[in-house]
Order: sequence, then structure tokens, then C-alpha cells
Amino acid sequence: MQKVAVLGAGMTRFVRRSLETGRELCWEAASAALEDAGLTLEDIDCVVLTSAPDAFDGVHMKTEYLLDGAGAKGKPMVRPYVGGGSGVMAANAGWYHVASGRFRTCLVVAEERMSPTQPHPQGAFNAIYDQFTERPLGVNLLWIFSLEMMRYMQVYDIPLETIAKVAVKNKRNALGHPASQLGAELTVEEVLKSEVMAYPVMRLMVSPVTDGAVALVLANEKFARRKGRKHVWVEGVGWALDTSYWTNRDLCYPEYVEKAALAAYKMAGITNPREEIHVAEPYDPFAYKELHHLEGLQLADKGQAPRLLEQGFWDRDTTTGIPASPSGGLLGVGNPIAAAALMKVAEIYWQLSGKAGERQVRRNVKRGLAQAWGDLMQVGTVIILGV
Amino acid sequence: MKEKVAIVGAGFTSLRPVSPEASFRELIFEAAVRAYEDAGLTPQDVDSFVSIGEDYQDGTCIMDEYTPDQLGAVQRPVHTISGDGVAGLGVAWMLIQTGQFRVVVLEGHSKASNVRHPAHVEAMALDPSFARVHGWHPSFVAGLEMRRYLHETGTTEEQVARVAVKNKYNALKNPIAAYPARLSAEQVLGSRPVAEPLRELEMAPTADGAFVFVLAAGSELERCQGRPVFVDSVAWISDTCNLPTRDWSRAVYTEKAAAQAYQLARIREPQSAFSFAEIDDTFAYKELQHLEALGLAERGAAGRRVEEGFFDADGPLPVNVSGGALGCGHLFEANPLRGLLEAVLQLRGQAGPRQVPRARRGLICSWRSVPTATGGVAVLSRRK
Repeated sequence: MQKVAVLGAGMTRFVRRSLETGRELCWEAASAALEDAGLTLEDIDCVVLTSAPDAFDGVHMKTEYLLDGAGAKGKPMVRPYVGGGSGVMAANAGWYHVASGRFRTCLVVAEERMSPTQPHPQGAFNAIYDQFTERPLGVNLLWIFSLEMMRYMQVYDIPLETIAKVAVKNKRNALGHPASQLGAELTVEEVLKSEVMAYPVMRLMVSPVTDGAVALVLANEKFARRKGRKHVWVEGVGWALDTSYWTNRDLCYPEYVEKAALAAYKMAGITNPREEIHVAEPYDPFAYKELHHLEGLQLADKGQAPRLLEQGFWDRDTTTGIPASPSGGLLGVGNPIAAAALMKVAEIYWQLSGKAGERQVRRNVKRGLAQAWGDLMQVGTVIILGV
Repeated sequence: MKEKVAIVGAGFTSLRPVSPEASFRELIFEAAVRAYEDAGLTPQDVDSFVSIGEDYQDGTCIMDEYTPDQLGAVQRPVHTISGDGVAGLGVAWMLIQTGQFRVVVLEGHSKASNVRHPAHVEAMALDPSFARVHGWHPSFVAGLEMRRYLHETGTTEEQVARVAVKNKYNALKNPIAAYPARLSAEQVLGSRPVAEPLRELEMAPTADGAFVFVLAAGSELERCQGRPVFVDSVAWISDTCNLPTRDWSRAVYTEKAAAQAYQLARIREPQSAFSFAEIDDTFAYKELQHLEALGLAERGAAGRRVEEGFFDADGPLPVNVSGGALGCGHLFEANPLRGLLEAVLQLRGQAGPRQVPRARRGLICSWRSVPTATGGVAVLSRRK
């Protein structure tokens, strides 16, 4: 197996309505990543290009349409697709393109434009449900999340105020992010007083509708060493998909995230993640999901992530805990679905290479993890980077 | 890339214009059970699962959600590739080459009968600002391409019609084919024009079906009972589908993919390298265009060779002995998996009445249909 290095990362601003087309967003992110890596398109052997549902842009075979912008014309291009987990899965796919020995370098691009969906992307989400048993109920994502959040709060006796603190933390972290859409200094009261979407989910606990793109450059060890700098390496990858019958599962704990994380820890040789992972970017499309995922990732015992939150364990400036979502996450930076998850991988790369600027965590970090989640509360994707 | 990769199990359903008695998940289940039985393995022996498909063709937003249960892959590493069967094969091959996964399953399916108007779906793949707004039937892209191909190569419309005659005739010997027929070139040329010079009988009609393959690393073959067929190389290339800047007469993606696939499989003279080839024929002229891009015929000579019977089932190089998409049905992204199945059966000597004698190495070539310029090439062989 070839060792795989992250040579560069780039992203566009995350905005509610981009004036750029999807192709242009891809170009902007890919160009920034190539520039960061000091490479040109001629150095790139293959492209992994992803985007979440075609229904957002209303373009069938969306990556075929986008590929010119992502520099994939005339190159091998693959689109890994696991719904919201696609962004981290794209990085994992980039890893297997290079680790297999088939390609020296890989440009990984994730793009999402949710703004073309009118009147609101939640309409497209109705079509993710079973066409016979669930779609006729008119369900959307907010409903399913309110069920899961309620279950999580009930089983582990978690107060709503604690969950609101995730939104406060992440939106504050995002203030230091130049690409952020929703960086803000808020209080718990403000979050709790925001509009009820589907109780107990409030508007400020939900990530926004966003357009944007992110890109990474990966290379094998020989290629990376020739570039002769200190590198960030991919140490482990994992992914797992649970049953489509989400109604048959206990929603209080994400087993699929546990399976994905354990696979990634095994590959990275990690036996005690709470000691060996120094910074984490768990997926936070909804405030409670960050806590839920931190438990699935084995970084906290079941039901304990909220208690650790109260103690400041997940804060960006912690010296004894594990900073979680130092970027500001989906709640703060924004949530262009596939691109948001790849932004989390890019953030770990920036943190480990000391390029995170204002967002740089205070503790010394040698290894970090990014995780995404998607489909019908069903897929976990995990990548571990280290220096 | 030291590890050899082999297909050790193949499962499939028959291909039919409609399948009202089964959902797409039930079709996949049928194929999966047969594939595991063929390989002598259970889903617990599998390290990773790859499915292929596109949302709009399945009528589900995020179709990846509905992939794990019927493969026995719940809470296992499953991911979808929104690409064709050759790209999926490439991903399975790469996963094994990383050394982290020893046995990988590849699944692809079509439930085209659920789609009332496939052309409406295809039209959604056109550039929303510059191409779709005209409201044309998406086959105009194929019509324009065919016109340019005929113009530049001197190929005749009758030669294109003969591809349809050959493939539908070949399908008479394939028990899973949906559209076998004994036709004359006159009948094909007399069928309804769709986007001139393209005619209805030169377009593959859609069909339903599912395929599941079990792939294993060379070092794992002892625990698999299925007779292995080796994947010597896989390559896939995307060219632009932007109408104003694309190439209208050559399959540039196939030329580039073939160059990579031949290099990896150490093939110097493709014309004499293969016992048979399964080549994308979603539209009849595409088979000729792809044959030339693969170097299996000189530029402009493929049509004449079809007329001479060179690519007939009993000719020097049988092309689409399965019946191709024209004879078996258009299965969207799963089209190349029908070719892959044929390659497995031929190389194992299990192709029955359409068995190519002494088959030792085969080629499959895919295209993702209009409006794309994306396709792949794979080389398969039996144990040398």
C-alpha cells in the first residue's frame, strides 16, 4: 500500500446564493488547492469529484456537467456518492486512488449549490424517503431529526440548553473563518428563542442552505517527498452504511459511525482515540448531531458528550480536551452538503500544518479526524490525518 | 500493483422490458444470492461493497440509501459510485490493490421500467443554461454525432444498420436478452427516424435487470469456489460533455482509456489480442466509433468490416456476441456489467450455444450515454 499525503487544500466562500455556476465554484476551489500544493493540472493523474443529490442543481449526472470546472476533462474521474457523507468519502476515495498504486496524484473536489432548489431544498429531501411507505406523509429532514434529537435527549437525559451550546460554540468559532456564512456571537437564550422548526429543533440549531466548493490535492509518498516539505498524511479511513429501514433502529446512538471509526482507528493503529486524536471535526448539520457523533467516534462515552461540552472539553482553546469543530463547522461556516464535509477534512489539514490562522487550536496537534454522515441517518465516513 | 484481481462470482437476473413482480431491491437480491453461491462465499466474507447508479434513473434522491440490505451489507463498508459499471469495476480493483480489502462486491442494476419517459431524465443531463433550454429530445446529441461520424469516415447508413442486425441476431442465442430479433438492414433503415440519421431500431430500448460480482485478491482465490476470471486492467476517462467544445466524431474518451488499459495489460497489438469484445452499442453507430477508438479497426473501416462479417459471432473477432445493448436492452449505468457478465461466462466456457471457441482474453468498452463523453475499457483473461 502506498502512503498518501495531503499536499494542499482550497475552498470558495460559503454563501446563501452564489452568483457563480457550479463549474465556476469547482474551478475556484480546485485552483486554490493546486496553488496551495504548488502544482498545476498537468501534475494531476485523476480526479475524484462529488456532489450530493442531483436534485439540488436539477442536473442529472451532475459531475459530468461539473467536470470541466474541476479540471477533470480528459482524465479519469469518479464520483463517490453517499449523500451527506460524500465529502469525507471523496477524500477516502482519493486515498484509495493513490494508495492502490494506480495513480501518483489525485485532485479531490466537492461542490454543492443548494440555492437553485426552489422554494427550498427541503422539498428535494422528501424524495430521499421510501416512495411507498414514507414519502406520502410529506416528511422532510427536519421531522426525522426532531425524532432522533428527542430520542437522544430522552435516553441520556440531556437538557435543551446544553444542545443549544453547540450552536453557540460553532458559530463563535466560525467568526475566525474567512469563508464563513453564519459566524456569530450568540447566547444560549437567543438560540432557544429562535423559531421552532420541528420541536425540539430550533432554527439556530440547524445549518443553513449554502453554495460552495472545496478541493484537496493528494499524492503518493514518492511524489510528496520530491516536493520536500513537511507533510500531512492520511493515516486511516473508514466508512459504514446501516440499513435503509431507519425506523427499525434505536436512534439514540449512531452505530454506523462507530463501525466507520473503528475501521479507521484500526488502519491508523489507534487503540485509545481519546488520547491519540488531538482535534476533531465531527459532522454538525444540527447542533445535537455533533454530540451524537462524538459519542459514535468513541471520543466520549454514550450520553457523556453533552457533559463534556459543559466543561469546555470541546472548545477550540482547550488545552486538556479535544477541540471539536474548530472551523465553526456546518452550523457556523455553512453547509453546502458535500463541500461542507470536505471542508472538515481541509480544516484538519490546516490545523495539522499550522495554517489555520485565527482558528488554530491552542493545544499541540499531531493527529486529527474528520467525520461526515448522510443518507437516511445511515452512513458514517471517517478520515484520520496525521503529521 | 503486485496483486492480481479476479472475478470469482457472478450473479444476474434475466433482462426484461418490464418486471412488475419485483422491486429493484428484489432484483438485486436475486442477483446477489446467485453471486455469493457462485463464489462459495457469504456476505460476511466480503470486506467492501461498491454499488453503481444515478439518482434520476432510480427516481430516488440519494439512491445510495437503498443499497445495503439486499446485498447483506448492513453496517458494512458500502459506497455508491455514480458512474458506469467499468468505473465501479475500477473502484473495486483499486480497493483490492490498497491491500486493505481482500474481497469486494460490485453491484449494478436498472429498473428502467419505473421511468415513464427516460428521455426526460436524459434531458436533465444537458447544460441547464445553454443546451436544455431549447427543449429538444436529448437524442439530438446522438443524431448530430452520428452525422459527423458518417461524414468524416465515409461510413454508410446501411453499415450502421448492419450493427443493429448483427447484435439483435446474436441475442437470439442469449437466454437473458430482452430484445432478440431477426431483422434485415432494410427493416432497420425503414424504422422511424428519431434524430436523423439515427433511427429507432438503431437505439437500444431500455430493460430491467441486476448484476452482482464478487471480486477477490489473487492470494484469496483458494477459499473461493468460483472459477476465477482475471481483471488484467481497467481504465476510465471523462471528456467534456459541453456541446460547443466536445469532439463530435471521435470517441476521445475511449482512445485515452484504451491506451491506459492496453499499457497496464501489456497489450501492444490490440487487433490480435482479444478472443471477443463487448462494446457499447447504446446507439448502433457507437459500436463502430468505439471499435475504431479501441484500435480494433482502422479509422473509417469498422463499418466495412461489419459488412464483411468480421465482427460476427463466428467471425475472426466476435463483437457483442451477447447481443449488446441493442439485443439485450439498455440498462443505463449497468450496461457494461452485462458485458462483464458475458466476459466471465465466455472465459469460463459457460456461454452455451454462443460460446466463442478457445476464448482466452476479452475486452469490454463502456459509454455513459448522451450527453456524456465518459467511458471505460477493461481487459479480462482466464488463467494463462
